[in-house]
Parts: sequence; structure tokens; C-alpha cells
Amino acid sequence: MRTWRCRGEGDALRICSNLESYECQLIASMVGSTSEILAERASTAPRDPLSEITGIVTGHTEAPGDPTLGRLLPDFHRPDQDETPSADTLTGDLNGALRSLNEPAIIDQKLAAAGVVLDTLPEGGGDIALTVAQADGWLTALNDVRLALGAMLGVTDEPVDLDPDDPRAAHLDVYDWLTVVQELLVEALMGGVSAQD
Amino acid sequence: MAPEESAPGTSTGTAIAEPAAAVDRPWVTIVWDDPVNLMNYVAYVFQKLFGYPEPKARELMLQVHNEGKAVVSAGDRSKVEGDVRKLHAAGLWATMQHDD
Repeated sequence: MRTWRCRGEGDALRICSNLESYECQLIASMVGSTSEILAERASTAPRDPLSEITGIVTGHTEAPGDPTLGRLLPDFHRPDQDETPSADTLTGDLNGALRSLNEPAIIDQKLAAAGVVLDTLPEGGGDIALTVAQADGWLTALNDVRLALGAMLGVTDEPVDLDPDDPRAAHLDVYDWLTVVQELLVEALMGGVSAQD
Repeated sequence: MAPEESAPGTSTGTAIAEPAAAVDRPWVTIVWDDPVNLMNYVAYVFQKLFGYPEPKARELMLQVHNEGKAVVSAGDRSKVEGDVRKLHAAGLWATMQHDD
């Protein structure tokens, strides 16, 4: 791919690049997979008869058991870090209540961002021109894929050095490439948006 | 960015069970360092979500990076809860706790 460049200004500002066909397929596949695990999480939320009456959607109260999903949907509170916890933080009710009320909206926003990527990817490769709002969706969705891959690969602050024969080596290449795509996109956005102010 | 949805808020539901003195205690939003989120992305999210000017967003990002965490916003429980929700939607590792 080429780097991202800003064209136009104001409402006509577009963040543009060009993607090869295989790059589009790779992004669609990774974003699609991440959406699948999020959608599955949403679909397995306990059914609450009260929410069917009130229309207030409630989600899981328990954190995901899987570390990949756990990184995408972390707890709202860390009791181990709170020096002055209140009663409900000690019993664990706080995290359950906060998760139940907020997780559906968080999943919806992540799925919406993924949808923006899938809707704007040029089929078969080619030029792409994103509005700022669409580019923000791209940043979010690419970041979620990197979070998921990072959790699977055990990424830390130290460089990950895998043997070429390691079955995870291909995933690490994808992770590194998505890191570059995201970094270039955020740099273009910061440059383009601040130039408007 | 996605439009602001109405804040669900848990304060009315659980504050009743807490002592009256605890209801108004301020809360803070904390962002923790993690190895995946890019420094520029974190600063960009702070600008977008909180409307912070770039120097303040960068300063908070560097605090997260160098010290492992930073307080990025404060307020009553439902405001901070909403901030954590937005940060999670953006993929940052954020939590809320009482202000010490």
C-alpha cells in the first residue's frame, strides 16, 4: 500500500491511499474474524425478561474467559488498584453491574467500526478515500484486530522474536503490517485534522 | 466518531445501597499502559474523546507510557463510567476508581 495522504479540506477532507487486492482481502478477513467473536459474545448474553419490557439491553456480568476477547472487553474497575474501594467494589458487584450495562454499547461501537472498514474497502483493491469519521472507524477496527492478535501472540514491550517455522510467525507479520497501516493513518489524521483548526 | 449515545449510568441503581457520604465522592478515569496501543493513537483518542488540545493529549499519553498509568478525566460516577466506555470502545485499557 501507499501511505495515507490528506486531500481537500473542511467537509471535503479525505484521507486517501491505495490498497492491493490481497491487502484488502487480508484486512477484510482479519476485521471480519474480530467482529465474529464480538458478535458471538453479544449473542450469548443472558436474556433478561425485564430488559425485554424496558428495552434496556443488558450484557454479560462476567468477564470473558478467553484472553483475546478479554483484552477487547476489559473490566471497568481494578479492585487490586483501588486504595479506597466501596462496599460493592469489594464484592465484585461493581464490575458485574458496569459490564452488564456498558458491554452491549461497546460491542456495538466496535462492530460499527468494523462495518465501516468492510463497507469502504475497495473490492479487488484500488484507491480508497475516507472521510474523517470513516478514518476514525478504520483506526478503531485496525486497533481491535491488533489487540486481538497481540493477545494471541503474547505481545509485550519487548520485540517478539519468533522462529520462522513457528506457526505464529505469519500472524506476527500481519500484526506488524497492521501496525504500520494504523500508524500511518493516525499520523495522516493528526496532520490533516490539526491543519483544519 | 460515533455519535454520543444516551449514558446508561449505573449511579441511580447502585448508589442507594451506598452510604450517603460515598455518593458524591468523585471518580477518576485511569488509562493503563499496554504494549499494543500506539503512542500516537492514544494521544489522538484523548484529543477526540475529551477535546484536549494536542499538547495536553501528548502529555497524558507520555505519562501513561512512562509511568504506566495516567488520570485522564474526573467527575461523578456516570460521567466517568461513560468515559471508560468510550475508551474501551476505542481499544484503550481504562478503568474507573474513587479519587484518593
